Amino acid sequence: MTTITPDQAMFDGLAEEMRRDPRVVTFGEGTATKHFNLVEEFGKRRVRNTPLAEGIIAGTAAGAAATGLRPVIDLLFAPFMTFAMEELVNSAGKLRFISGGQFSFPLVAIARTGAGWAVGGQHNHNIEAWFVHAPGVKVVMPSTAADFKGLMKSAIRDENPVMFFADIGLLHTPGEVPDGDHVVPIGKAALRREGSDVTLISYGKTVQKCLEAAETLASEGVSAEVIDLRSLKPLDEAGVLSSVLKTGRAVVVHEASGACGVGAEVAAIIAEKAFAQLKAPVVRLTGPDAPPAASYPLEQAYVPQPDRIVEAVKRQVN
Amino acid sequence: MTTFEPEVDRSVTQALETMLLIRTFEEKSAELQAAKMSPSMCTSVGQEASAAGVMSALDERDLILTNHRSAGHLLARGADPNRVMAEIHGKATGYCGGKSGSLHISVKELGVILTSTIVGGELSLVTGVGLSLQMLEKDGIAAVFFGDGAATEGVFHESVNLAAVWELPILYVCENNQWQAYVHRKETMLADHISDWSKALGVESRTVDGNDVEAVAAAAREAVTYIRKNRKPFLLETYTYRLRGHMEPDDQAYVDKNELSSWKSRDPIAMMERRLLTDGVLTSIELAAMKESVRKKVEAAAEFALASPYPSFDQLTTNVYA
Repeated sequence: MTTITPDQAMFDGLAEEMRRDPRVVTFGEGTATKHFNLVEEFGKRRVRNTPLAEGIIAGTAAGAAATGLRPVIDLLFAPFMTFAMEELVNSAGKLRFISGGQFSFPLVAIARTGAGWAVGGQHNHNIEAWFVHAPGVKVVMPSTAADFKGLMKSAIRDENPVMFFADIGLLHTPGEVPDGDHVVPIGKAALRREGSDVTLISYGKTVQKCLEAAETLASEGVSAEVIDLRSLKPLDEAGVLSSVLKTGRAVVVHEASGACGVGAEVAAIIAEKAFAQLKAPVVRLTGPDAPPAASYPLEQAYVPQPDRIVEAVKRQVN
Repeated sequence: MTTFEPEVDRSVTQALETMLLIRTFEEKSAELQAAKMSPSMCTSVGQEASAAGVMSALDERDLILTNHRSAGHLLARGADPNRVMAEIHGKATGYCGGKSGSLHISVKELGVILTSTIVGGELSLVTGVGLSLQMLEKDGIAAVFFGDGAATEGVFHESVNLAAVWELPILYVCENNQWQAYVHRKETMLADHISDWSKALGVESRTVDGNDVEAVAAAAREAVTYIRKNRKPFLLETYTYRLRGHMEPDDQAYVDKNELSSWKSRDPIAMMERRLLTDGVLTSIELAAMKESVRKKVEAAAEFALASPYPSFDQLTTNVYA
């Protein structure tokens, strides 16, 4: 084990994959400037700075992916992806299908989001569900340093475009990462805490909020299981259902707003496939339908906090 | 009888035949659409010299990206008319199994890759193709076909700028056909030539008469030679005119009649026929035979498309993920 920040873990994963596969290249806004170690090891051709133009960065990645490279692009902040939706959704996501399977688009797009840096709604906006709705695209959002590395390695090895959402609030808190070729499969949720009364389902920074809530609940005699989805598409339906079938209660927690979000999808899956076993209605705790504010207290209040989770569970159990 | 035999330039008769094939194919497609026997498509009638001329300068090493108005590029590259027509009809025998339709046909085996119907989409993808050619040290170039409509989008600037900075081997072919869907170019841009814009970004460029196939071919050969030698992008603007509407059917009520008739008098096919007949490269009998052979090919393509099966319903969700 090594203790490093998720930020470093993510780029360590990239460096290992670049070592393994000469087709892996990386470019983006400040990529070569910020990752000089990568430039030193792999050279200026494989590690490049780009103009601040997300559309052409993403389009270049899609075109390169279809013709033999495996690009990893850094689009900095998730809201900046609005400039690259055409390339990520219409090109990388659809042209495999449209061409009758003639091409594949093995690329990774990194975007940071979430409360934690007090930068306001044009840098912080959890838009991961937009991409869950886009065919041909996979979406991951890790919550631990180990997963930042392991999912990055899987994303690079995947033959499909993978949107890699990095929660700003997690990036600089060190955590343990296994040594060696640590690969975390896409599409497999992680059981973070076992419990028997209720299942808390989350991803990104709110996993930790759920774990804190579970600790409080345990002291009050309620046993909460915590599932970290970490891969939003494909979603680990079996993992979610097996837990909910066991506990009979589910609370879905995420920072992104609620309407048509990941929580809505998880709640619908539970309603469709585990309704008879439910002891209480499924509850969603999400950010509001509002842009995140820059002001630090408001920014933090956007995120479902442990006390809200505890309250929701108590209402379910009683 | 004279013993003097003029050297027949195969390339010019080939160019004419290619243009005839494109024209006949697209008019047949429009005719089928009017008869409600085919989905709609966007023709390139009037622009055939651009497709035939540029494609004649490329070889099998090169990769091509095109757009929604692509039948001309595909046929000029040597695509099977049967399979292009079948794709327009959404049939299983089409190049993309019917999943593309007319708007985004790619044919990987011919190097016609990544066709996007999003205007400007091809411009965002071509830099990646150029990057692959550069990094994988291949000696081919990437040629991207787009129109004046795409050039007025921000992605044109982004694409040409990045190609310039990264020295990507890309031939930008702007088919300036005066129309941006249903809007005349003069309503959306003050400049007359896209070639001026690329120069401002540090990319060499040239405007050529897009209705003169020999002029296009010569300019394209020069451009390709420049790119192969310098490994840098080049922009070739083929100045031409879209003689039919944006998509079939289209009554062109919005088109200035004088402008249309003046461009019709410079029809690239009629001009080339006159030139080859006058110079004795082709006899009228040979020309008639060429037209008949093209007509048969296109009729066969239509029959093939109409007779082909639609894709099975299990294709609804195949090829989504790799």
